Amino acid sequence: MSTGNMNLTLKVWRQKNNKTKGALVDYKLSEISPDMSFLEMFDVLNEELVNKGDEPVVFDHDCREGICGACSMFINGRPHGPKDLVTTCQLHMRSFKDGDTIVVEPWRAAAFPVVKDLMVDRTAFDRIIASGGFISVNTGNAQDANALPIPKSQADAAFEAAACIGCGACVATCKNASAMLFTSAKISQLALLPQGQPERYRRAQSMVAQMDAEGFGNCTNTGACEAECPKGISLENIARMNRDFYSAKFVSEEEV
Amino acid sequence: MAEINANIPEGELTEKWTKFKSSVPLVNPSNKRTIEVIIVGSGLAGASAAATLAEMGYKVKCFCFQDSPRRAHSIAAQGGINAAKNYQNDGDSTYRLFYDTIKGGDYRAREANVHRLAEVSTNIIDQCVAQGVPLAREYGGLLDNRSFGGTQVQRTFYAAGQTGQQLLLGAYSALERQIGMGKVEMFTRHEMLEVVKIDGKARGIIARNLITGEIERHFGHAVVLGTGGYGNVFYLSTNAMGSNVTAAWKAHKQGAYFANPCYTQIHPTCIPVSGDHQSKLTLMSESLRNDGRIWVPKKKDDTRKASEIPEDERDYYLERRYPAFGNLVPRDVASRAAKERCDAGYGVGASKLAVYLDFKANTERYGKIEASKAGNHNPDKETCMRLGTEVIKAKYGNLFDMYAQITGENPYDTPMRIYPAVHYTMGGLWVDYNLMTSVPGLYCTGEANFSDHGANRLGASALMQGLADGYFVLPYTIGQYLSKEISVKAIPTDHPAFVEAEARAVGILNTLINIKGTKSVDYFHKKLGHIMWEKCGMARNEKGLNEAIQEIRALRADFWSNVRVPGASNEMNPELEKAGRVADFIELGELMCIDALNRNESCGGHFREEYQTEEGEALRDDVNYAYVAAWEFKEGVNFELHKEELKFENIKVAQRSYK
Repeated sequence: MSTGNMNLTLKVWRQKNNKTKGALVDYKLSEISPDMSFLEMFDVLNEELVNKGDEPVVFDHDCREGICGACSMFINGRPHGPKDLVTTCQLHMRSFKDGDTIVVEPWRAAAFPVVKDLMVDRTAFDRIIASGGFISVNTGNAQDANALPIPKSQADAAFEAAACIGCGACVATCKNASAMLFTSAKISQLALLPQGQPERYRRAQSMVAQMDAEGFGNCTNTGACEAECPKGISLENIARMNRDFYSAKFVSEEEV
Repeated sequence: MAEINANIPEGELTEKWTKFKSSVPLVNPSNKRTIEVIIVGSGLAGASAAATLAEMGYKVKCFCFQDSPRRAHSIAAQGGINAAKNYQNDGDSTYRLFYDTIKGGDYRAREANVHRLAEVSTNIIDQCVAQGVPLAREYGGLLDNRSFGGTQVQRTFYAAGQTGQQLLLGAYSALERQIGMGKVEMFTRHEMLEVVKIDGKARGIIARNLITGEIERHFGHAVVLGTGGYGNVFYLSTNAMGSNVTAAWKAHKQGAYFANPCYTQIHPTCIPVSGDHQSKLTLMSESLRNDGRIWVPKKKDDTRKASEIPEDERDYYLERRYPAFGNLVPRDVASRAAKERCDAGYGVGASKLAVYLDFKANTERYGKIEASKAGNHNPDKETCMRLGTEVIKAKYGNLFDMYAQITGENPYDTPMRIYPAVHYTMGGLWVDYNLMTSVPGLYCTGEANFSDHGANRLGASALMQGLADGYFVLPYTIGQYLSKEISVKAIPTDHPAFVEAEARAVGILNTLINIKGTKSVDYFHKKLGHIMWEKCGMARNEKGLNEAIQEIRALRADFWSNVRVPGASNEMNPELEKAGRVADFIELGELMCIDALNRNESCGGHFREEYQTEEGEALRDDVNYAYVAAWEFKEGVNFELHKEELKFENIKVAQRSYK
């Protein structure tokens, strides 16, 4: 069994709800094991707070396997912390040093209002999907799956775009709080597949319109989203989305 | 002990579902518009049911406790989904999928349900592909398949190690489409706390808005629970942190029978526990067993590194014991075999509670093939390993990365260390053929019900059941009930039954807040988990189970006098949410032990040490225990047993053998 020997200072954003102001609060932690995940370290902090009769820090987390996309912490100025291609739940304390001070904040974006402490409201993402991030097919009567051969390279490219977990790191790290990496990943996935063609241009228009309506900013091709995405979603998707969006204005039979 | 009726249609097994679909009463489209259905849970079963019922014209309200339906725990499933497509021309068929599932479940599942599952499995793949789910393809553009445990055909469809994610996002997008059209009203960050019953029928729920703490009343002509499994009763499991039993347990307390609670699947390939700080366990997909060979040293307490142990000093115990299935034996068999080796002193790693999952042989083999493709027919070992590693990376890269991240070891260089862990619960609310619980109008789908897996679940069959229930079964079967409810007008939520149910829910919340004890919720959860794992885990015996029941009762008393829940109930309060869930886990834990104690046999995930063959395999008692144990909740946390006899008319019940 591993024993903990790390001593840490945490500066954690505490905010009661979206109507009150928040502030960074200092906490000292000792005997942290390098094998703990970052969230397990927070469990230790919360256990201490509860034992003192204080309210624990609220944060979003669920699967702790890096796939549900719930965890959302800004750690020392980076979403999901210092390592590339991992979510906070898969970040381990061995990535830090004994004696470190770690600053933890919620995602920063007007379209992601703080719910409490480190938890933010990301339902804007769902509304973007509801505006067109699907193929309009009802249950039942689909043709045989192999009746529609899809070249492997195309299927793989669609899968890579589909790997987005909707965590919002791209928005949080973008200076404009743009949701273009998220939105373009879904648009790409469906645009790369034959099933997605009938609604392709309509989809691009309606999803972009919803993204704008939610208050996300524009893309300036800085690339921070791609650099910080825990799933390595590529900027190429944004290029593809832009192309489809502009094409829509020419080829689409209808304006959405 | 009363018998219960599963309402299985008459007729030949292969005809039952077709006939049922053609003869089930329909609801006229104009009536569908006025009928409201509540769906709790938005995973594969919940989201697919919500989308499909909305497409059919019903008014749907869907609830989930996460911030988005896309985060339901179905998303974490890795390996794949089975379907009897026979695309590989290796002899697969509906009957073979049905047979493998019944046998894999150790003859403790219902034939009619499992056959229906096998029948609709092919439609699921078609449906998902039509939605744009990017399942893996071969170069010719056709779908690819791989093998999973307990079968000898390749029928598993997959999307790298993220099959659950892709299937869930498919169902989620279908659900969001209906939300966008205003046909589903979605309530995220809501937890169901009570079922509302009027004249014996489920007519709504009480839910708590987790952001504001407000208690809400919601009416529905019928209520569907698709709330997942209860593996978190063990504290450490592969489940998401939020996975809980509350909705199902509250339904149980209102009259829904709880079936086979003691059947817990222990998954054989999990990253071992590294310390007592650990909050959860992480799976390494069963698909890895396609290319990984499992072994331990032949010498006890061998402290050498894996690379220093020569080939002839390694015990490939699965291949030795089960030559026909080898590393692809079902999960319960593989888990017990790993425990047996570790208990006997052959475990590896610091804790000695681990075995090796080694990819070296297959990496080399793949490398040789790759070299040969490139015209090099006599490659050296290093070339083979380099080329083979690329192949392994393409197949399982994300899993290897995950392993490296968690353990700090590089699995490309050294074998993975794995150990069994609590994964999936085959027990759940009892449902009849229609997926209706013993409360009229209350339905249960997916992992939350008990119906399709028997005492053990084969790999790649949970995703199949979730989507089968949600897309293809429930939307038909619920019509049988709703067709008789068309004249029922929406019942106002000031009805006394709603008031009373709300009072029950609020009463529990207030009690929890006001105990103001000294011990945290997690303290109790960890204690419960320890009792359950030690005494109702991979192996159980009469003495241990009796002790566990007493310990759990004492823990329950301690919980209700000494738990500390900070904060208030009228605000966001995750500690309060957890407290309510742990209170339910404590009661369920007792029932799991009672059920395990009652079942004087071993089957699937339920291994009673008193009942085993000379070779250490599970020893069933088909004469006395070929039944579903359905427990009825009685006042004061007592339980009464009802039995549903299992009849095997199409399959010859036999000792399970994978040799």
